[in-house]
Amino acid sequence: MNRMRMEFRAVSVNESLARMTVAAFMTPLNPTLEEISDVKTAVSEAVTNAVIHGYGEDHESDEMVVMECRIEKDVLHITIMDEGVGIENIDKAMEPLFTTKPEQERSGMGFSFMEAFMDDLHVESEPGKGTKVHMIKKIGLTPWIEKED
Amino acid sequence: MEEYFKVIGNYLMVKLPEEIDHHQANYISRNVDKILMQGKASNVVFDFEDTKFMDSSGIGIIAGRYKKVLCFDGKVYAINVDKYIKRILYMSGLDKMIEILYKEGN
Repeated sequence: MNRMRMEFRAVSVNESLARMTVAAFMTPLNPTLEEISDVKTAVSEAVTNAVIHGYGEDHESDEMVVMECRIEKDVLHITIMDEGVGIENIDKAMEPLFTTKPEQERSGMGFSFMEAFMDDLHVESEPGKGTKVHMIKKIGLTPWIEKED
Repeated sequence: MEEYFKVIGNYLMVKLPEEIDHHQANYISRNVDKILMQGKASNVVFDFEDTKFMDSSGIGIIAGRYKKVLCFDGKVYAINVDKYIKRILYMSGLDKMIEILYKEGN
């Protein structure tokens, strides 16, 4: 088992820092190029959400995003947290094409991509209390359930 | 970065960066819009040759430009698309709005 935790300023330039870090962290699992691409996309969506929606464009300079990653056997766990405005209606926010920022050309596909590219997605949020996004993905071709002899 | 935007005839060629995310999106959209509004072109060609990563911010760029060029009777093209970018374009339904040309072997 391996784990890591990083904290970075909630600015858009750190979206690539976050996905590069996860890509490097998952290499011991021997992922395929497709799996790396899946995870990078999901992380990019979650961090972008924290930067744009959690804190808004004109946020204070000391606002931070925390990313925790854990490898258990061949499963990658990722948690991305912010202490921003939170989400009022999580079900609504997760609907494909739903966005609160159409003027910024946000496509409303963020959560849909996270769901599609990861095996499991869980969102915890409350207005004023920030947002936590948990994502899980099994890496590699071995089946979920071990074969019986 | 001016060389990333080039007008050929009635087509604006946009050479996209290696990674397209929210950080890059505004710069690309703003520059494309500027050239469209000057009336220099009415079609936009997004070239994914160098692009290895795109998240949903890329969908916003393409869908937004698609709406703009509709006013000029223009079209949007995506060229040199690999299988990872293809997946993103299909999942968002953009394949029904724009013309896609794939990279060899994809």
